[in-house]
Amino acid sequence: MMGRTIFIDPGRCIGCQACVSACRECDSHRGKSMIHLDYTDEGQSVASLPTVCMHCEDPVAPCAEVCPADAILVTADGVVQQADTTRCIGCANCVNACPFGVPKIDLGAKLQMKCNLCYDRTAYGLAPMCATVCPTGALFYGTVEELQAERPGVQVADTFVFGSTEVRTGVAMVVPADKVQWPVPGGLPVVEINGKDVRR
Amino acid sequence: MPADQWHADQDGETLVPTHCCFCGVQCGMYLRVDRGGKVFGVEPRNHDINRMRLCPKGINAYQQVNHPDRLTAPLMRRSRDEEFAEVSWDEALDFTVSEIRRIQEMYGKDAFGLLGGASLFSEKTYLVGKFARVALKTKHVDYNGRLCMVSAAGANKLAFGIDRAGNPFSDILLTDCLLIAGSNVGECFPVLTQYVWGARDRGASLIVVDPRETAVARTADIHVALKPGTDSAFFNSLLCVIVEEGLADEAYLAEHTTGWEEVKAKALEYPPSRAAQICGVPAEQIFQVARTFARAPKAMAWHARGIEHHSQGVENCLTVINLCAATGHIGKPGAGYGTLTGQGNGQGGREHGQKADLLPGGRSILNEEHRRQICEIWGIEESELPTAGTSMMEMVWQMQRREIRGLIGICNNPFVSLPNYRVVKEGYDATEFHAQFDFFLSETAANAHVVFPVTTWAEDDGVMANAEARVVKHNKAQEPPPGVRTDTWVMCELARRLGAGDKFAFADSREVFEELRTASRGTVIDYYGITYERLEETGGIAWPCPSTDHPGTPRLFEDGRTYHEDGRIHLQAVEWHLPMDPYSDEFPMSLTTGRTVAHFLSGNQTRRLGALVEQTPRPWAEVHPSHGFRTGEPVRVVTRRGSEVFPALVTEAIRPDTVFLPYHWPVPTAANALTIDALDPRSKIPEYKVCACRIEHASELDTVPSPPVAPGHVAYPETQVSRTDPLPPTSPQGRGTSERS
Repeated sequence: MMGRTIFIDPGRCIGCQACVSACRECDSHRGKSMIHLDYTDEGQSVASLPTVCMHCEDPVAPCAEVCPADAILVTADGVVQQADTTRCIGCANCVNACPFGVPKIDLGAKLQMKCNLCYDRTAYGLAPMCATVCPTGALFYGTVEELQAERPGVQVADTFVFGSTEVRTGVAMVVPADKVQWPVPGGLPVVEINGKDVRR
Repeated sequence: MPADQWHADQDGETLVPTHCCFCGVQCGMYLRVDRGGKVFGVEPRNHDINRMRLCPKGINAYQQVNHPDRLTAPLMRRSRDEEFAEVSWDEALDFTVSEIRRIQEMYGKDAFGLLGGASLFSEKTYLVGKFARVALKTKHVDYNGRLCMVSAAGANKLAFGIDRAGNPFSDILLTDCLLIAGSNVGECFPVLTQYVWGARDRGASLIVVDPRETAVARTADIHVALKPGTDSAFFNSLLCVIVEEGLADEAYLAEHTTGWEEVKAKALEYPPSRAAQICGVPAEQIFQVARTFARAPKAMAWHARGIEHHSQGVENCLTVINLCAATGHIGKPGAGYGTLTGQGNGQGGREHGQKADLLPGGRSILNEEHRRQICEIWGIEESELPTAGTSMMEMVWQMQRREIRGLIGICNNPFVSLPNYRVVKEGYDATEFHAQFDFFLSETAANAHVVFPVTTWAEDDGVMANAEARVVKHNKAQEPPPGVRTDTWVMCELARRLGAGDKFAFADSREVFEELRTASRGTVIDYYGITYERLEETGGIAWPCPSTDHPGTPRLFEDGRTYHEDGRIHLQAVEWHLPMDPYSDEFPMSLTTGRTVAHFLSGNQTRRLGALVEQTPRPWAEVHPSHGFRTGEPVRVVTRRGSEVFPALVTEAIRPDTVFLPYHWPVPTAANALTIDALDPRSKIPEYKVCACRIEHASELDTVPSPPVAPGHVAYPETQVSRTDPLPPTSPQGRGTSERS
């Protein structure tokens, strides 16, 4: 399965927005946060989960696929970078293409912005700022083995379906033990749990 | 490269290791300091307590250091009818000293009072106590920790002879059953959820006792949503089940406790059938909790303001201690009890003489031997040392009755934090002279005659003791802005002008700490073995620490002995009684108050930080759907003290008979304009967590002004920080461009 990456555990999210504040403190984005806090069950409960870029692997990042200016680069280690400011034309194709609703456009500057997995930190072996500070562990950075050592029995998914399209992501999601089929919180159908196809 | 040394020396930037200024967890953090010597950011720190984690308050805390709202010159006015004017330090100090002299000559020494705070470093809280007794010579000194955890302190002292949590946070990870009573851990101590859920991941049962389904309650094995103000009936009933089912550890009780027979007899008066009716929970749940807790090989109980902010706060805490003792869950790894302190120095703030009845080292001001010891250290005659004063709320009542005519407040904001706002306002308005130390103009400082601009936590050295009684050192990260002085300097300068300069010849915090260490030597709260150097090397030492080669005491009672002379736990029988504000047809519901994750206490600090204001701009009233409100609709909350209108937050996460209000805002949206100023008779803590109320539909939410947003409010920190260096491009040029075809 995946190497060092972010695992999102919605069951632990308390909606405190430490990740949102921390993302703003990260040097990559110069004072802007690239994390959304989503409320999955609004009106019924206060359940929430942070949405970061899922760093799609297969098919390779739809946002990069559709970029007419070739501004979104994917590094060899699977990080989907934010748009190169010297190339981005602010057309918002990436916003429309992303199945997870991640990229943002700064309309004034006509530039795209998105989570780049804190490339300035992960390139040095550090965790992204959001996962470093997350007080509850709703965002965890490491390998799946490190996660399972800390949380015995935890189940994760990195393959999701949208209609007939399967998307495998670089960032994975923790799946509640009693919901190993689908959907994960947020209603996203899961195809694989811990690397096993759960449709069979 | 060690992960937490990231950024060190980059472009001249330095990282100063320190701790968060807010809650009693005391997370380690680095403050980022630019080449000009200014704090401009935060970097996570791999400290024992938090392992890099921070909550949104901690991440944004640095923004207050160079905030545009900072006070940078003393403010003064001779009467409350005048506007404040910026004056010189000499003028402000001289006026203050002349007013102290005038009031004390006319009405006596005790007509002047001093109120400190538990967010101050321990050195400063030590000075507050000494300044009151030696320089002002008044008995009236107390602090805002009185509003925080004195109930737990009182109970711990009665039962164990020592006033602190029994176990370190790390023991939570070792337990098999964790009981959390009256603590919204997720929002008030977010970093602790890692310990709580770490225990759960390893198979521990989690029991949460809280009228609201908080984020942590949502994940609990058992959530007991009891009616506010019924905690001691619930805990007595747990004990009743434990006795009746033979689950008590009789051998432990016989060897280590006194008073068990009385406690047992009282507990048997609370069978689950009766307690279920009092508490409004199913009797089955009481059986379930009692069995889970008692049968666990190792169990722990942690509690906070939810059970302490009551007119029987001490008794509530005593029933939790009875539960732990009766099941033998004391003094072992993964077994014990603890209190989560709300303020950064909630623990240390009461240890060294800031409290009305205490002298340094937790000595009693009424004990002749203790008085003699302290007078010797301070170099004064015993006849000069005042006796015990009154508590914070009682001092306000005395101000209302004009028994206290002058007041200095340091690091507190009673206009938002004390209950029954009308009484507080009347009390403060009645003073002839009021001075306040603060770095922002708080609601209380705005009432003063003199406001002294003092340092933030990032501009001075000092220690704090967190909820585990672990003493940690905060380090100075930048020089104070011009015109700003340390609280230590201001107190020493006032003392000098009052003629006690020889007793206050302290140049800095280190010198105060050296005297504090000596003054605590040989007491239960022994700091003698703790030095600044050791704190920097170890990342924190838990007291008691009697010598410089002693490792400190993270876990108490491991030898089976308490700090009472007989070495036993003194169990106390507790009778439940109704809250002080009676329910009636007119006021049938319970109003309870608490905190939100984005704000801290009276909000004087966090209501100025852009990201936190945006996250939670105003308070709300949390109500159950059965009342027919929709989220956002105006709801009027009425108590016997007054009424206010809030937008409704409709949720099934609260009991139908209860309303919740967060309390961080001033009038006209102040929860504490509605709460009652009833006190626990022993700890004198106000009953914030329950009063009678009713709710009504209101039409005029729009006419209620939003809480004031400070002039320094900014959406993002760029406007306050000197982040001027161009940053490297974020897209790594020339690296594997894409796997795209």
